[in-house]
Amino acid sequence: MTHSVAACEEMRLLIQADLDRELDAAATAVLTAHVQDCPACAALQRDLGDLSGRLRGALMAERAPAALRAALEAKLIPAPVIPLRPARTRLLALTAFGAGAAIAAAIALAVIPARHDDGLAELVAGHVRALQPGHLTDVVSSDQHTVKPWFDGRIDYAPPVVDFAAQGFVLVGGRLDYIGGRPVAALVYRKDKHPIDLFVWPGQGNAAPETSGRDGYAVVGWSGEGMVFRAVSDLNGPELAAFAALWRRRP
Amino acid sequence: MADADFARIALPHLDAAYTLARWLVRERAAAEDVVQEAMLRALTYFASYRGDDPRAWLLRIVRNTAYDRLARTRDAREEPLDAQGAHGHLADPGRGPEGEYAASEASRRLREALATLPVELRECIVLRELEEMSYRDIARITGVPVGTVMSRLFRGRQLLVRLGQTAGAKESLP
Repeated sequence: MTHSVAACEEMRLLIQADLDRELDAAATAVLTAHVQDCPACAALQRDLGDLSGRLRGALMAERAPAALRAALEAKLIPAPVIPLRPARTRLLALTAFGAGAAIAAAIALAVIPARHDDGLAELVAGHVRALQPGHLTDVVSSDQHTVKPWFDGRIDYAPPVVDFAAQGFVLVGGRLDYIGGRPVAALVYRKDKHPIDLFVWPGQGNAAPETSGRDGYAVVGWSGEGMVFRAVSDLNGPELAAFAALWRRRP
Repeated sequence: MADADFARIALPHLDAAYTLARWLVRERAAAEDVVQEAMLRALTYFASYRGDDPRAWLLRIVRNTAYDRLARTRDAREEPLDAQGAHGHLADPGRGPEGEYAASEASRRLREALATLPVELRECIVLRELEEMSYRDIARITGVPVGTVMSRLFRGRQLLVRLGQTAGAKESLP
């Protein structure tokens, strides 16, 4: 059986819509009947189906370049808020309301330490992840003048970079890490065989170093110079505090 | 916290945005510029975003940004789509995304052929076959009626089928 050119013209878009799963049942029935006895339309159906399969094999989604992603994240995601130890003070403030605040305090007890913990957990996780072979540093250099400009264009702030090799804390490089969902500068140091990550991001305040820990890692946090600092290491607390003290004392 | 909301909605579609930009403006650096600019435009428009499909919303802005750039730079390889859709000859494919895969020869040729299509046909095929978008979403992104999307898709596919057959015929010659 032969079909009029006009009928086949009409079928073309139905064949395509069927392929694209945009055809309703009634139109599919019409199409199926037509294709069964129209070799030209059957051939078109085969060709389009075959092309679609080949295109799906040939086209793949691209990954946005890491630098582009980092630049957009830095621009679009607000600065992270990672309290190192606000939980206790907030809790005291709540209980001061007295018995009426008992329920609120109970909720705070359950909730706030978890949040407090999350900040630490994320820092320690970032440090542990970086300990995997080859993951510690994106830029390997003991020269602060190499490490500092490496961050240009990767994040939207300039972290201070200082080497303390003379005091035993050797700068070995830097990398980008993700803390609180945004890219953050991580400076990498070594003390003897122990790696130290120093995460630095912009923030207000001027707080003296405070030591805490999680999962066997020591964390020391302080702030000043418009930046927030968090050092993470398997060094013991007092040694890491000494590292923080060097930062605070430097000219 | 508008920024945080915007980042949560837009950033998951960054790869799709970049992929579309690559297929529209070809060069890597140009695609990066387009995505950067589109993201900033999207942030400005975000107040008027009504919670519909975020990928389609973002891709429409990427698409418009890419077209603005194509108009500005007058890429000599881009030829206007003629009204009859004849488009018998082929443009220079240039160095588009197809240059960077290490896949089979046939796949490479197919990507090259796609890169030679007029941008109006190319975008429909990329949105359909790669992003698997519905006719309705493609119509929204490209700003034309669904019927036009269907005829553009068909014309694009017809050209690719013919190109494939020509290439196959050449190969089978002794």
